[in-house]
Amino acid sequence: MTTTASARPTGSARRSSKNRPARNGGIRESAVSRTVAMSVMVVATLYFLTPMWWLFVASTKTRGDFTTTAPLWFADFALFDNIAALIDYRDGVFLRWLANSALYAGLGALLATLFAAMAGYAIAKYSFRGRETLFNVVLGGVLVPATALALPLFLLFSQAGATNTIWAVLLPSLVSPFGVYLSRIYAAASVPDEIIEAARIDGAGEVRTFFTVATRLMAPALVTIFLFQFVAIWNNFFLPLIMLRDERLFPVTLGLYVWNTQVSQIPDIRALVIIGSLLSVIPLIVTFLALQRFWQSGLANGGLK
Amino acid sequence: MAISRVARVGAIAAISALALTACATGDTDAPAASGECTPSDGAVNLTFTSWLPGVEEAVAIWNEENPDVQVEVQTGPNGNGGTYQNFFNQLAAGNAPDLGQIEFDAMPNFRVQDGLENIAACEGILAAEDQFVPWTWSQVTFGEEEAVYAIPQDTGPMAMFYRTDLFEQAGIAIPTTWEEYEAAAVQIRELGGYINNFSQSDINAFAGLVWQAEGQWFSNGADGWTVDLTGAESTQVAEYWQGMIDNDLVAVYPPWTDEWNAAYNSSELWTWVSAVWGANTIASGAPDTAGNWGVAPMPQWEAGASAAGNWGGSTTAVLKGSAHPYEAAQFALWLNTDADALTAMNRTANIYPATIAGANLPVFGEGVEFYGNQKIYEVFAEAGNNVNPNFTWGPTMTQVYNDVADGFSGAVSGNGTLLDALTAGQDKTLAALKAASIPVKE
Repeated sequence: MTTTASARPTGSARRSSKNRPARNGGIRESAVSRTVAMSVMVVATLYFLTPMWWLFVASTKTRGDFTTTAPLWFADFALFDNIAALIDYRDGVFLRWLANSALYAGLGALLATLFAAMAGYAIAKYSFRGRETLFNVVLGGVLVPATALALPLFLLFSQAGATNTIWAVLLPSLVSPFGVYLSRIYAAASVPDEIIEAARIDGAGEVRTFFTVATRLMAPALVTIFLFQFVAIWNNFFLPLIMLRDERLFPVTLGLYVWNTQVSQIPDIRALVIIGSLLSVIPLIVTFLALQRFWQSGLANGGLK
Repeated sequence: MAISRVARVGAIAAISALALTACATGDTDAPAASGECTPSDGAVNLTFTSWLPGVEEAVAIWNEENPDVQVEVQTGPNGNGGTYQNFFNQLAAGNAPDLGQIEFDAMPNFRVQDGLENIAACEGILAAEDQFVPWTWSQVTFGEEEAVYAIPQDTGPMAMFYRTDLFEQAGIAIPTTWEEYEAAAVQIRELGGYINNFSQSDINAFAGLVWQAEGQWFSNGADGWTVDLTGAESTQVAEYWQGMIDNDLVAVYPPWTDEWNAAYNSSELWTWVSAVWGANTIASGAPDTAGNWGVAPMPQWEAGASAAGNWGGSTTAVLKGSAHPYEAAQFALWLNTDADALTAMNRTANIYPATIAGANLPVFGEGVEFYGNQKIYEVFAEAGNNVNPNFTWGPTMTQVYNDVADGFSGAVSGNGTLLDALTAGQDKTLAALKAASIPVKE
């Protein structure tokens, strides 16, 4: 980090020496502003990475070392013992939570992407009465925070006797108004009417046209929607908190939160919360790194209309 | 970002308000309170929500002995962490569990919102009063006749943890009054340490200190609730600790943090006035000081007195709408009086039982290595008997804690005083009670 920070200003200084007669003061300012910008970014990077570093270091410590040694450097390396203790605690309920999170976020995001793609494609490519009204209503849905819907959903699910089930978390996760919005924009821009026309002439039905032609053209947007929804479901904490009472159904976020509230009762649990937090962010980091170029292009698309 | 956060906070506030009104107005078809508590026919399945780690072990003993009354454990975060709000939502939706864990300081909230079944008529419940430490029983009856709304589970009698080695080396006598405690604080400060840490966020611990001084924050009469956060005793306690803060005689680390643990571990802090469960907190947070701790009764306001405060503790309540109040009440009574159940809950969750006999469980008769093999639980058992039974919690303690904590964290950094915080908390509490349509006597 520091090498880049110092290398950049030197580069610009060298370039600026050529132009010195013309824009002397301005260029010097630019070198200064670059240095400032870089150092701001270095500070920001440290700001975001230090907690992760702390989490990693803390996860490798024994319970005794945790309070007695420097918080940002290693003591006895006990990472694997800690992981073993975590997996052993309460018959491996932590692994169950990870699997639940993967199920809720993975399956939920997959189906949400499918529904959003179909809805967005239909709104973009078929003209029917009330199309714009429908779209505007969906767009309005983007503005409603998921948190505000949790309690009404709880009361609805209570009527149906479906609280404290997998469905209570999975079903509400299948809806993504932002996904519909993005699908419509993207379908309108990237799926030419001529191709759909050609598919029809070749004898493909509407459903087949959608799955074999449109989805391929819309793929980048679909990946973005999937990522958005995956992260949203993985981090959605309030809905499971309200809906679930059976420990075996908890996603990992809720499970760790529950443990964390028990720390004053059982101080030893704290070590498990820390190692559990470390393990629980790994899937998100992997998903993010693997799909980040789609993520970025999707964000840019979302901004264009 | 900022906008969405504001929206989120607003949404949560709106939801809470909805939930509150739903609960306050929803229960019009409540069954008559007195006289009816009969066993159900056939097999019964009960649900029990508790955040006590490992409570399943105790429940498993019951399930084995009572094949016709099977109890299923459900869990969640601790009460103020979300489970209370869940209970209220579930009560509004009509699918609350049969039994729930509720802390003493949250009981009035549930009573005011009519969330509790009166189990006084159930077999053996009224007669069980003698088994419990006296102050706990008044917390579950609210002083009403023929009324029992929960069975006490555990308590947090307070005492003083102190460093035996440091006091001995410095030749300072163990303080028995708050006056001596302040004098000792001055001496300790001269040696570079602090006698204690003033917690800016544990308002229930501060309430324990007021409780010891025989202060009374709330009382409930025929014509409504009285709020008195700034009564004479409360003011006395606030001014005492404000003096300690002003003279730099106590540290003001945020409690439950690493630096707070480190201050104990590095021998900077010499005492902690805390509840029985704090024994594990120190042992886990300050491992280097093992063997050098002892436990003595809380310092007193009057020399020779033996008053103690209480910090924490909970009950097992039968929630409104349970289809099987008789069986639920029997289970609650068994869970909190049976020696095997209490032993199991102590092993998995470190609870300190609310029964008189519970203090005599074998596990509490042994010396504790971390405390130089002192039989520390004898001190706490004694403290439990000396807790004033006439202390009443208010119906909106979560709000009280939050509002007073706001003021306290200002006070430790020099913004206002503890008394200012209590005064502000008083006004906000009155406003909160009125907003929830709870009658207030002014």
